[in-house]
Amino acid sequence: MIAHSIFFYTFSLIAIISAIMVTASKNTVHSVFFLILDFISISCLFIMIGAEFLGMIMLIVYVGAVAVLFLFVVMMLNVAQQKNQWFASKNSSKHIPIGLIISTLIFVEIIIVIGGWKYKPEIFDINNSLSQSNVSNTHSLGQILYTDYIHVFQISGMILLVAMIGAIVLTFRQRAGVKRQSYIKQISRERVDGVEVLKVETNKGVRIDD
Amino acid sequence: MEYLSIVFQEIYKILFLLVPVLVSVAMIVWLDRRVWAFVQKRQGPNVVGPFGLLQSLADALKYIFKEMIIPSSSNKVIFILAPIVTMTLALIAWAVIPFSATQVLADINVGILYLFAVSSLGVYGIIMGGWASNSKYPFLGAIRSAAQMVSYEVSIGVIIINVLLCVGSLNLNDIVVAQQNLWFVIPLFPMFVIFFISALAETNRPPFDLPEAEAELVAGYQTEYSGMMYAMFWLGEYANILLMCAMGAILFLGGWLSPIEIYPFTLVPGALWLILKILFLFFLFALVKAIVPRYRYDQLMRLGWKVFLPFSLIWVVLTASFLFYFNLLPIN
Repeated sequence: MIAHSIFFYTFSLIAIISAIMVTASKNTVHSVFFLILDFISISCLFIMIGAEFLGMIMLIVYVGAVAVLFLFVVMMLNVAQQKNQWFASKNSSKHIPIGLIISTLIFVEIIIVIGGWKYKPEIFDINNSLSQSNVSNTHSLGQILYTDYIHVFQISGMILLVAMIGAIVLTFRQRAGVKRQSYIKQISRERVDGVEVLKVETNKGVRIDD
Repeated sequence: MEYLSIVFQEIYKILFLLVPVLVSVAMIVWLDRRVWAFVQKRQGPNVVGPFGLLQSLADALKYIFKEMIIPSSSNKVIFILAPIVTMTLALIAWAVIPFSATQVLADINVGILYLFAVSSLGVYGIIMGGWASNSKYPFLGAIRSAAQMVSYEVSIGVIIINVLLCVGSLNLNDIVVAQQNLWFVIPLFPMFVIFFISALAETNRPPFDLPEAEAELVAGYQTEYSGMMYAMFWLGEYANILLMCAMGAILFLGGWLSPIEIYPFTLVPGALWLILKILFLFFLFALVKAIVPRYRYDQLMRLGWKVFLPFSLIWVVLTASFLFYFNLLPIN
């Protein structure tokens, strides 16, 4: 158990420090890398408390896909201009109150959830009953998601679908005058369409375009 | 003391796995070049050692003694980290590969997810290397590679779902045991083909080697690398290829199971069958490299998103309905 708690606290420490470094580091790309480190250590924590499925999904979805897109966007900025001057300017003080309000809200939400856990333990009995039986993590998650919470699950899927379609509709523009490569046209080209053998008379020449 | 002995035992096990993996990485580089050469009616590396077997060792020696040049305008920390990340990720994935029912370093419940996660992290080594070089060609190569790997991961994920529907467990050993009667390559043959092609794209192998297309991008993300750091990229890449072959062997070709369960075949240890299957898949990889011309980038993207993804999604629905209708769903 000692080794277990040593690892647990190491990962938590890494998670907290890298979360601080995300906001503190001057270089935006470094921030994203710290964010990735944060995600990885959080998924290690998930695995350590026995939620191996969640930990792996966290790795696949956040680190493997979301953070790559973050990096994509951030790297498009010029490397030389990445000394973050945004904090030094006077404008930044405007944003501090908003950030404070949002972080206080999130903090209060977490306190409420943990408080409910502490004072009404029977609400969370459903989790306990599942973790005690020897079915694997994935099975118990599936059993809850596809039975008791099937409607919530479906609705969240629909919301994601709407968001996806919305993003596509917002960015999709039909521009005129853009040359596109049509693969069907390219593949279906035959020799007769492109090459023509002509008998050229001397001193006459051939017309190429017609 | 007890802790120490456990730790030493684990280290011994890890070395027993990693040293063969590294040696076989060196060997398959030689195999790759030999196959490539034979297809083109050349000899390939045949000078160093018998049949040129020691060629990779000679190359490695050369790389070790070469100077490592770090460009002055690069981001040094990330520049050095990038090959380390590539190499480490390619090696840690081997922890969950089962060589027989008992010979597996970590027999975890979510083995296939772990493999998928590690292979999806592989893109970071490339992006980090490309960006930290602070040069045009590496950066373009890195961007291409990131887009390519993220796209093909999606279809690999859906293909894995197909297999999991037939197995009912995320454990790699369970996946192998579920193929006792019928390897999944037979009922899920189209998925096997798509998996193979996606694996080619995921590991940046020809015909999808656009991130390092030498005609347009010098050497892609590794342009600025030299010496041992270049060799580590190279080793990591081949270790990843072996890993994808192992994944294909476990998901579709029955892992450590012998092809026929009759007397002379059952004597052969399971690890050998797995290695033979990995080698077979790698041979296909090498053949494809030799005979297929490189794809154009937009066609690569079209193939991933507009052909493979819809097709494998439809196949998920088909598999699920088939299993449900004939009451074959694995419920345990």
